[in-house]
Amino acid sequence: MKLFRKCIACAAVLLSATLFFEMSSVKTVQAQQKIIILATTTSTQDSGLLDVLIPVFEKKTGYFVKTIAVGSGQAMAMGRKGEADVLLVHSPDAEKKFMAESLGISRRLVMHNDFIIIGPGNDPAGLKGVKSSAEAFKRIAASGSLFMSRGDNSGTHSKEKAIWKSAGINPEGRKWYQQTGLGMGQTLNVSAEKKAYTLADRGTYLALKKSLGLGILVEGDADLLNIYSVIEINPGKWPKVNAQGAKSFADFMVSTEVQGIIGKFGVEKYGSPLFFPDAGKKEESLGR
Amino acid sequence: MDIIIEGIKQAFILIFTLDPEVMGITWLSLKISGTATIISMVLGVSTGTAVALTRFPGRRIVISLINTGMGLPPVVVGLFVTVFLWRNGPLGFLEILYTPASIILAQAVIATPIVMGISLAAMQNLPPGLRLQILALGATRIQMVWMLIKEARLPLLSAIMAGFGGVISEVGASIMVGGNIKGYTRVLTTATVMETGKGNFDIAMALGIILLVLAFIINSILTYVQQRERPR
Repeated sequence: MKLFRKCIACAAVLLSATLFFEMSSVKTVQAQQKIIILATTTSTQDSGLLDVLIPVFEKKTGYFVKTIAVGSGQAMAMGRKGEADVLLVHSPDAEKKFMAESLGISRRLVMHNDFIIIGPGNDPAGLKGVKSSAEAFKRIAASGSLFMSRGDNSGTHSKEKAIWKSAGINPEGRKWYQQTGLGMGQTLNVSAEKKAYTLADRGTYLALKKSLGLGILVEGDADLLNIYSVIEINPGKWPKVNAQGAKSFADFMVSTEVQGIIGKFGVEKYGSPLFFPDAGKKEESLGR
Repeated sequence: MDIIIEGIKQAFILIFTLDPEVMGITWLSLKISGTATIISMVLGVSTGTAVALTRFPGRRIVISLINTGMGLPPVVVGLFVTVFLWRNGPLGFLEILYTPASIILAQAVIATPIVMGISLAAMQNLPPGLRLQILALGATRIQMVWMLIKEARLPLLSAIMAGFGGVISEVGASIMVGGNIKGYTRVLTTATVMETGKGNFDIAMALGIILLVLAFIINSILTYVQQRERPR
């Protein structure tokens, strides 16, 4: 009986202590207006790039970055509602629309890598040697080989839809076309498990390669360029947006120092860089 | 097979080298889910007891609602809590989205009906004559309620265990309202999801094993308390 009472007493003390701790820690961080919400795509997190960059930024500026890694589509939806301060996304067409609606005040090129079409070693659709992404997708459709789509409105999914469009095929509802609704990393895992073709960004693919057993089949097509930009959300639309923090983060991403880190990121581990720094360049000049 | 052995090996390495990041994540999980469980205990046991011991119109509907609430899908709770806590949402002024406090809130919403439902059943299961007997011995109403709670402590502790088990293992709400922010709102379950996404299956398995061990230890302690206090 005593033990039971003791337990309740302990619990009550623990509760008040924890609550006090939580409240005070929340207050101290937020009182300084030092929080930035960064909505980004899964590839920047799954590839490990943000784990390298965010601590550098936080140390330098004293801001606390809340990274919310979702697809580019969802990240932009958060920005659209003023629920994020700054975006790091890779869906250029949707981004241009976003800027045209003056939801963002600045959009700056940060880096690029490329998309690749990957698939099982036995390559049932015969993609090896194909140069054009649209031609590759046509062959997948013609052979009815399993294709895993992200299906989540992410940057990769938008790119995939654009390629289907230029191939003149509507894959929706076909038996060989399946949507995972998951991030890039998990979609790659599913594709590996089901021996399916998929479209992936090179960064995430290289980071996961060791466990996949899928090979690169099509690469190098100008259509497969994957461009990442940083967008500052317009505080005129949403007064609660931390515009100063957003600017500070965007400036940081295009700074010479960070561009240097991006260019070297992954070289040691994978033998080649995962991203190519592009700050200050024109979008049209990429991939030439 | 390799991956399973590798996962178990990794788990041991992470636990015995006291890896600071994993220790931090484990401690945070414990703190968040522990706090949520305590909140749900206070709300659940009191409301469950009150509903069990009183009669009022619409009581059956209330009980049905509580029992339905026991199966609340965490993702749905996560979605609603997120929408409410958005900067521009109805509770945006609290500014707690993507903080540990928001995860505690969501988990408390998930655990409270579980604790409440089991408490309700426990109190209803007491012998009906017991109340009269206690009152006849000259106890006040508050003393009576306290006696009844003590009498039902075995199933009540089970209620708390069920609530804790529900939230420590929950991922949908935690990832939505917490955002899986490194060193801040990253708990064992959300870290497991992320490491799986990164293809680090061994680390993901290790985190899973740590989660299981943690749940086992907590439940062992509660079971010890529960069984030791077996009524004579």
